[in-house]
Amino acid sequence: MADVEPIVGRYLRMTLGGRPHRVYFEEAGQGIPLVCLHTAGADGRQFRHLLNDAEITRHFRVVAFDMPWHGKSLPPVGWQDEEYTLTTRGYVDLILTFCAALGVERPVVLGCSIGGKIVLELARLHARSFRALIGLESADYQAPWYDDTGWLHRPDVHGGEVCGALMSGLIAPQSPSETRWDTLWMYMQGGPGVFKGDLFFYRADGDFRDRVAGIDTTICPLYLLTGEYDFSCTPDDTQRTAAKIKGARVTVMKEIGHFPMSENPAQFRRYILPVLEEIRGRG
Amino acid sequence: MIAAVLDDLADLVNRDASLVRRGRYLSTTFLVETGPTAWLVTVHEGRVTGLERGPFLMRAWSFAIRASEEAWRRFWEPVPAAGWHDLFAMTKGGHATVEGDLRPLMANLRYVKDVLTKPRRSA
Repeated sequence: MADVEPIVGRYLRMTLGGRPHRVYFEEAGQGIPLVCLHTAGADGRQFRHLLNDAEITRHFRVVAFDMPWHGKSLPPVGWQDEEYTLTTRGYVDLILTFCAALGVERPVVLGCSIGGKIVLELARLHARSFRALIGLESADYQAPWYDDTGWLHRPDVHGGEVCGALMSGLIAPQSPSETRWDTLWMYMQGGPGVFKGDLFFYRADGDFRDRVAGIDTTICPLYLLTGEYDFSCTPDDTQRTAAKIKGARVTVMKEIGHFPMSENPAQFRRYILPVLEEIRGRG
Repeated sequence: MIAAVLDDLADLVNRDASLVRRGRYLSTTFLVETGPTAWLVTVHEGRVTGLERGPFLMRAWSFAIRASEEAWRRFWEPVPAAGWHDLFAMTKGGHATVEGDLRPLMANLRYVKDVLTKPRRSA
């Protein structure tokens, strides 16, 4: 018998910013919808271990989409004359539109890095639309660790190579070689300027220091989990953020960096299963 | 003394055919400072062809990577602690600096980071 994984991939058509888009997503499992948001400059393959985890898919319909310009989601028509830039408003619109177009109601959203950051805005503005929100490597602000994102997109430096080489340091040294290099491969495959465009949101537009106090976790629970080896969004950044949000739950994950679900799925599982179990228990 | 770790750098790099291949478009001299000791590392098409120990009075280099002896000692531990595990973790933490012409560094970043990490196993 063929060794086929339970993950199914399809394309969803939707309108974003008044323009037609075709968004690729993968899903597995049944039950509570769990929509997963990948990191900047990567794609939904980061969640392949979650999607293949029978313990999770027994109770959750796990859905991971590739943002437009990422993975198998093409940029919109006319992209060739544009510079891709992710904004807070555009990102929120993408998530809400995707969930509505797919017909998932009150999903749990789990996002990492830019995905972890945007759940803070989902929590503030749209808490009633979600069953729970989970931010991995999430903070209202994080100090930059290199000055010029221009290095990510210029003709004399290979974008994929430099993105991969920069990201390699954000993976914990304990993470297995196989999943470390899977993670970096996705960075090496990004389209020109896409990672840089995502970082506009991560580094500039997504400064939520004056906003997160408006989050009400009694409407929608908020879980923040950050890897101890993440020096982009540090555990201190997450804890400082959570200190402003009454009821936010923080976990610092040992032997994990910036890409928990992708760099070390087995270690991440130890932290995420109890969270998912708790969310399920809340009904 | 931590600086002695770099004595074997040329052998460590040149014995690694995959690493040399990845660096095949890099030919430059860069400076590495381990506390009070400076090193000039000359790379020719991915092979380390020169390793000079300072002090230097007036020498040219393309880029420089400087950190204290303590920072390199922690960086080269077999499983470094968080904050000491990557060059940019150390620069963000204020434990290392990177300066000079960054283009050859960024264009060959994986190679340079791998070269700097090479002593980790033997440390």
